[in-house]
Amino acid sequence: MEASPEYAVQMHGILKTFGAFTALDHVDLDVKKQTVHAILGENGAGKTTLMNILYGLYQADEGDIFMGGEKVNITSPTDAIKHGIGMVHQHFMLVENFTVTENIILGDEVCGAAGVLDMGRARKEVMELVDEYGFDVDPDAKIEDITVGMQQRVEILKALYRGAEVLILDEPTAVLTPQEIDKLIEIMHDLIAKGKTIIIITHKLREIMQSADECSIIRRGVYMGTVNVKESNETELASKMVGRNVNLTVEKTPAHPGETVLSIRDLTVKDDRGIEQVRGLNLDIRAGEIVGIAGIDGNGQQELVDAITNIVKAESGSIKINGQEIVNTTPRTTFLNKIATIPSDRHRWGLVLPFAVSENSVLERHTEDTFGEGIKLDYNKMHDYTTKLIEEFDIRPSGCEDERMSGLSGGNQQKAIIARMVTSSPNLLIAFQPTRGLDVGAIEFVHKTLIAERDRGAAILLISFELDEVMDVSDTIAVIYHGQIAGTFAQGTVDENQLGLLMAGGEAK
Amino acid sequence: MRNFEKFLRSRFAAALIAVLVGFAISAIVLAAAGYNPIGSFGALFNGAFGKPKYIANVFIKATPILLTGVSVAFAFKTGLFNIGAEGQYILGSTLATIVGVKLALPMPLQVPLVLAAGILGGAALGAFVGWLKAKFGIHEVITSIMCNWISFYLCNFIVMSDAFHKPNSTSALQVNGSSYTMILGNWKKSEAGKEFLSNIHWLREILLKTDLNYGFIIAIVVAIAASLVLNRTKLGYELRAVGFNRDAARFSGISVERNIILSMLIAGGISGLAGALTITGISPHTITLLAAMESYGFNGMSVAFIAGCAPIGCIPSAILFSSLIYGGMSVQQVMGAPSDIISIMIGTIVFFTALPGVTGMIADAIAKKRKAKEALKEAVKEA
Amino acid sequence: MFGNLILLIGITLMYSTPLVFGALGGVISERSGVTNIGIEGMMVIGAVAAATASYFTGNPWIGFLAAGVCGALVALLHAVASVSFAADQTISGVAINMLAPGLALFACRRFFDGAAMSPIAPKLPKILGESGLARTPFANLNVNVTTVIALLFTIIMWFVLYKTKWGLRVRAVGEHPAAADTLGIDVYKVRYICVLLSGMLAGFGGASMTIAIIAQFTQTAISGHGFIAMAAVIFGKWTPFGAYGACLLFGFTQALVIMLGGGDFVVPSQILSMLPYVMTIIVLILFVGRSVAPKADGVPYVKGSR
Repeated sequence: MEASPEYAVQMHGILKTFGAFTALDHVDLDVKKQTVHAILGENGAGKTTLMNILYGLYQADEGDIFMGGEKVNITSPTDAIKHGIGMVHQHFMLVENFTVTENIILGDEVCGAAGVLDMGRARKEVMELVDEYGFDVDPDAKIEDITVGMQQRVEILKALYRGAEVLILDEPTAVLTPQEIDKLIEIMHDLIAKGKTIIIITHKLREIMQSADECSIIRRGVYMGTVNVKESNETELASKMVGRNVNLTVEKTPAHPGETVLSIRDLTVKDDRGIEQVRGLNLDIRAGEIVGIAGIDGNGQQELVDAITNIVKAESGSIKINGQEIVNTTPRTTFLNKIATIPSDRHRWGLVLPFAVSENSVLERHTEDTFGEGIKLDYNKMHDYTTKLIEEFDIRPSGCEDERMSGLSGGNQQKAIIARMVTSSPNLLIAFQPTRGLDVGAIEFVHKTLIAERDRGAAILLISFELDEVMDVSDTIAVIYHGQIAGTFAQGTVDENQLGLLMAGGEAK
Repeated sequence: MRNFEKFLRSRFAAALIAVLVGFAISAIVLAAAGYNPIGSFGALFNGAFGKPKYIANVFIKATPILLTGVSVAFAFKTGLFNIGAEGQYILGSTLATIVGVKLALPMPLQVPLVLAAGILGGAALGAFVGWLKAKFGIHEVITSIMCNWISFYLCNFIVMSDAFHKPNSTSALQVNGSSYTMILGNWKKSEAGKEFLSNIHWLREILLKTDLNYGFIIAIVVAIAASLVLNRTKLGYELRAVGFNRDAARFSGISVERNIILSMLIAGGISGLAGALTITGISPHTITLLAAMESYGFNGMSVAFIAGCAPIGCIPSAILFSSLIYGGMSVQQVMGAPSDIISIMIGTIVFFTALPGVTGMIADAIAKKRKAKEALKEAVKEA
Repeated sequence: MFGNLILLIGITLMYSTPLVFGALGGVISERSGVTNIGIEGMMVIGAVAAATASYFTGNPWIGFLAAGVCGALVALLHAVASVSFAADQTISGVAINMLAPGLALFACRRFFDGAAMSPIAPKLPKILGESGLARTPFANLNVNVTTVIALLFTIIMWFVLYKTKWGLRVRAVGEHPAAADTLGIDVYKVRYICVLLSGMLAGFGGASMTIAIIAQFTQTAISGHGFIAMAAVIFGKWTPFGAYGACLLFGFTQALVIMLGGGDFVVPSQILSMLPYVMTIIVLILFVGRSVAPKADGVPYVKGSR
């Protein structure tokens, strides 16, 4: 396509390699002015890399960028800002202990003489912007004290403050409630009406259908074409993204729950700042049942898992597994009571990355005589045991027993954790954000494994910030808000709007 | 070319380059200060290997820094920075002196007890630092340095105390003779020994003119044992897991606090042993009033870093540093250049081992060039 | 009694001064996200540079400036390693602490015929001249000019960190370098400047020991002061005034050592000498958990990785 003034942004023939890996293979992108343009692709497809190039964080090996038909040279975020590009990153780029105003003016400060900050004037300028766009943000609040939705608006304000005409939003809905998503889409349409252009990176099909005019698809670094959203549908977009027909629903038979396995009563847990995050929570899970916890990040999910796994001490309350009290014991006791956990942050909690795959596979079990008698650790036995896991769970590359865990892909690292957790035949399996950052194939594998474990008779606690995942996989859906369970529903008896209201602290209709 | 790239990415290449850079920088400093670098390095080499007794002394001097090196390496492999080896060494030698002076048992009992006292002293100090880290989260580097100075003054206090001070000297009393660990210590002074040695010049030089002792052999055994514990036992597995990823270790039921303390306890014990072996093996067989840090602990850090913190690797690395330090003394005698040039050299070497990327970067650059060349060749072929 | 109190205050101020410089160096470096364990080594270099330059030029102010320049030069090594090469900042700092004493002694022996200490060098003045207040009970309050400079620097650093755009940027880089980067702030440049400043301040700290408190460089002129300064940074919650206060406390323990050691006190001097170090550990135990470091402190920033 020719460079033309009717396009806000055009990227032509973008090639980007990292060492031997080709992240983007001559990708094209043409974004019309005053439209919402979605970029769709799986995790790792290269969407964020493409936008980081547009924003000047990376430089392309080959290819040109045009804005309004003119060729532009962007080698740093400063250039991008100068050309009217703003970017809201998936992980917010906000300094947590700064105020909203300080974050907005950072790098483009309002100063008096000799670089002395003029915070009064800065605050006024920020207030004017807030009023113009009708955002509900307190300029003097510290970032760590405001909600995720507000933080996102601060990020948008940061871009607008710098005069952005083109806004890039990277996975903007990942952390929002359905109601907050609606509000965001409203904001996006409002911005378009005010003459801005928006590029939104996402792998969520429904939001594209709701918000975007056009959608460009990238698969493994290759441009797959652009479609007019109104003339397309979710299934078509999905198959273009993955490259095969995908089944968007999770297949499972009805649950046959048995005895109560996990019973939590009046649990209260504080976070490391001493603030109560879990406030008198009650929860029961039976054998052969998946209970999914829906909720926004920061409503006590982390602390709930930390308390069950005994990573932190609970203030009060009881956690019983098959009638055995385990509250405020040790992580070791948790394991010995046959509770296995797929942690949310696998690099932090789940794996020792510099260890070999085989060394990782015996975490928790290294003390058993199976892996060497007495003080000795038998590396041959560890190796053989790992070989079995690799075959059974299809961990790739095969024969990776002695490779470092850090060399495996995210999906295979997750498989390694799941293999380790499942082989201990747990009575309770906790899956906290088990599909975070995985591609479609790996997500299917995780869901199938959870259902298979349920059918074996394990109780499953699934905690996810992805509402779709909770609704699709769980037999029972519980909403967590402000450290308490705000409502419990059997699958299919509740819709996402009702859940969304509960997640935001409202009453279900 | 590919082999060369692979070599560049190896640990050994990084060490080699760091050593070469160390020599190069020292040469520049020497030249800039008006000394002849080549002559100085010649004096250095000659001072370390010129005579059999020099070589023996290199090994004798290698003993404490091999042990403190293993101590630092062991802690580092478990994610801890044992900058306190210096203080553990001092406390080890102090406690060994106290026990060695107060006890007068037969050798088979005396030597183990004296060594145990040294180990205990170092281990207690190490464990204290580990406890501060595990319990309060205080960075071990700061507390270790404080403990170094506390040990330093404690040592001086013992030296000057009424119970241990040797009159009219700056030393404490000598330990009891049954504490000595010299090789053939009694025989070489006997008539038979003297007569035997009078015929073999080099052996006489080594045995009579140096404090050749069993320390180096013990140190090698400790290095091997440390390596086995780290890599072939459940304890080592837990220690390393805690070192690499504290959170994941805790999550899988390993006690982080216990392992931090244990690791520092072991590391401290090894440094304490170094101090004790100096007392039993080297004259004057006692502690003396310290004016400045003796740097056994700090040199141990150099030994460990250049060895990539592999305990076995500390063996050659300790010999290298020992020859630099011992040979370096001749630089001043022969060339008049300050022997502190060796400290500069060692500091430079450690600094460059902290830049693990350098050799890798060179390898990357070569790989890039090679790939470009291959691509060009293919393009030519296709055309 | 009153005289003793004034003496105690005077000595406290005197001995806290090198620590204040070192701690300010620690604050500025760590606020930008670079742990600087090498403060000790940079102080040693400053100490030898100050004494040497002061001795040869006869002008102690030139000595003071030379200390700052030499401290910054050593800090440049740390900056190259920890900012450009993303090296392990602890190892790099430790290497500097090994390199610096060697370099200092080498220079000392080179300039002073093989001696491990410098001759007596001209000292910086006292605030009221050599004989100010001499005949009054307040004589001991006529402190070194460096004491005032240290306080001045503390105020300036506070102002710059909290009231100017540069301070805002430094703090942002230390908390969330990627955020600063995406707003066009050059993270590497900010960190380089802060580490160099930190070396300069540490160099001043060394100078305030060898050309203000004592008048020559010796091997033990700087013995753990850099590390005590680092403890003061933690104790002072990474703020200039907090660090200043912490240094006063450590200076006070040092003053106690001197006052008690001078009298007919029963505790042996070696045991008394341990006091500042024991005090540091106790203070750390009491305060470390309550003091939060800048989020990105000690974490190398690699562009493009988050």
